[in-house]
Amino acid sequence: MRKIAIYGKGGIGKSTTTQNIVAGLVELDRKVMVVGCDPKADSTRLLLGGLAQKSVLDTLREEGEDVELEDIRKLGYGGTWCVESGGPEPGVGCAGRGIITSINMLESLGAYEESEGLDYAFYDVLGDVVCGGFAMPIRDGKAEEIYIVVSGEMMAMYAANNISKGIVKFASSGTVRLGGLICNSRAVDNEAEMIENFAEKLGTRMIHFVPRHNDVQRAEINRKTVIEWNPEVPQAQVYRELAKAIDKNDEFVIPTPMEIEVLEELLMEYGLMQAA
Amino acid sequence: MLLRHTPKEIGERKAVSINPAKTCQPIGAMYAALGIHGCLPHSHGSQGCCAYHRSTLTRHYKEPISAATSSFTEGASVFGGQANLLQAINNIFSVYEPDVIAVHTTCLSETIGDDLPQIRKKAETEGKIPEGKYVIGASTPSYQGSHVTGFSNMVKSMVDFAEKTDRKNGKVNIIPGWVEPSDMEEIKRMSRLTGVETIMFPDTSGVLNAPMTGKYKMFPDGGTTVAELKSSGDSAGTLALGEWCSADAARLLDKKCKVPCKVLDMPFGLKATDRFVDALRTIAGVTVSDELNIERGQLVDLITDMHQYFYRKKVAIAGDPDQVIAMVEFLVSIDMCPVHIVTGTPGKKFEKRIKELTAGKEYEVNVKAKGDLFLLHQWIQNEPVDLLICNSYGKYIARDEDVPLLRWGFPILDRQGHQYFPTVGYKGGLRLLEKILALLLDRKDRDDPGESFELVL
Repeated sequence: MRKIAIYGKGGIGKSTTTQNIVAGLVELDRKVMVVGCDPKADSTRLLLGGLAQKSVLDTLREEGEDVELEDIRKLGYGGTWCVESGGPEPGVGCAGRGIITSINMLESLGAYEESEGLDYAFYDVLGDVVCGGFAMPIRDGKAEEIYIVVSGEMMAMYAANNISKGIVKFASSGTVRLGGLICNSRAVDNEAEMIENFAEKLGTRMIHFVPRHNDVQRAEINRKTVIEWNPEVPQAQVYRELAKAIDKNDEFVIPTPMEIEVLEELLMEYGLMQAA
Repeated sequence: MLLRHTPKEIGERKAVSINPAKTCQPIGAMYAALGIHGCLPHSHGSQGCCAYHRSTLTRHYKEPISAATSSFTEGASVFGGQANLLQAINNIFSVYEPDVIAVHTTCLSETIGDDLPQIRKKAETEGKIPEGKYVIGASTPSYQGSHVTGFSNMVKSMVDFAEKTDRKNGKVNIIPGWVEPSDMEEIKRMSRLTGVETIMFPDTSGVLNAPMTGKYKMFPDGGTTVAELKSSGDSAGTLALGEWCSADAARLLDKKCKVPCKVLDMPFGLKATDRFVDALRTIAGVTVSDELNIERGQLVDLITDMHQYFYRKKVAIAGDPDQVIAMVEFLVSIDMCPVHIVTGTPGKKFEKRIKELTAGKEYEVNVKAKGDLFLLHQWIQNEPVDLLICNSYGKYIARDEDVPLLRWGFPILDRQGHQYFPTVGYKGGLRLLEKILALLLDRKDRDDPGESFELVL
């Protein structure tokens, strides 16, 4: 089983991209589990056709510690298992601890056991790795591959660089590695070239370029992944390719995050190229 | 040699504390809360915090210590402890019927950001606090300060009760700091002798040194009543004993109700007691009573009679800042030499104060705030002392180094008497000297060779 965590700046499209990748993997006959690690519990909406999921922590709160696997995971599109960790309401409690609790609970309930026949487990983590809890998925023995969703916007690259620093920290003592960058285009000037260069500086590569297309939004309105909503549209093909790229990816690295100045220079270089 | 791992050479340590000379904030908050009459301390956190502090207080006072807990589970730490605390308030008032619940937080509830005032407000609006009953709260994360900070924070929260009316009550507030119930009793006695009516808070006398009557009382007769706490806003002034333990509360009361305050050292030893008595006398506008004058004279007499045995004896001390400061002044005043001084509580002004008190002395003084007993032991190895003054944890050093130990401070887990016999005031000074002399002279009798073994000392 490959265990993958998707990180990236808040609002970059991690959840959407993850679920569309999963749909692509389903077409390749892969058995997948998606674990949403966001208190908003909206990481499996497209796979389940709406926010129909009861989160691990809600279940824990209501049922006490006597929770069974069937209480917290739900079968979604193409036989994927969907789990939402959930968390406290905004402003109280500790969402980070919530993620630790739910991942531990999934492990102790045997969600990752060989008998479950999983090919992939995906962790979809909220934007900023603000505390130890949000780094839980990349602790030793959890996710081993990280993909960072990024765009050509400064803040997205800044976040990607920062996340890479986190990966370095955990990689030095464990097995977690960076699998690549997924560029979720914001139609920024020279975006693909810039991200390719950025990836190279990070010691990895841009595994796929996802162009911006309204079909993604249309599918989301219908609570579906693009592949399920309309398998014929070009965007569906893009996600299939991305899924394949991940499926056959075997380049896993410890990233080499850069100083802010270098990052700024990169941005200047590609931004100015257009201006000139 | 139980501490044989302690090397004589003092290396630089940055990140490790060994045999700390402090403990967690909540235990101080719990002790302070027990000084309110009819108060049940409540620990807002996991059960372990509450259990540990209760048991340490029980071991020190040999009294049952009641305290409730929010009993955090995994769920509470994720979703916040509001639901637990609301239910606890409800249960406590219906089952145990205290007048006051004094909530203190813990590391866990602080870290997840539980907001005590907001939860209390919610309990109020939901009618969970019955008429005439109260909930107060103090923030006491143990990763800040020490048990002394927790004590101070809870005393500060008692100022919540204070109300200013337009009629003065003619009393003086005394905030005694973290001293024994016997000490609080003694401070009240000295005030009575001076003709000063007082409101003391907190006041654990009659709570933690209550008599055995054969009948269990969950809330013993002692403690500052809510009525007294309310009235503290109408007092003529406040005497805060100890900068660390009591000053914050006194200043808050000054700010809130315009009750002027004076911060004094804890009245251990001759000079500090003189200053306390003088402050009382000034407020009351009277001369010092004969009785207190006689007690003072007796203390001076003992110091004079036995001066040869105190003179030049080296002492190592570990304890809490307010107590240690007063003790160092006392020792210096009787020509003993406090050479190694440690407190576990952080605060540079502690070191500064100790240096002032020992300035100009012919001996070197090692002093450290935020220090530990490991360091104290190393100092002692490098320069041996004649006496160690410490809580019970000092007994390991005393045994290894064969130094007499005066058990003084908190906690004392292996000897008795501290609940009943004060060490504050002139009487308390006599008791301290009696103990110190017994230790020094027992040692002399043990060590003197036969030819100089004396009957009369």
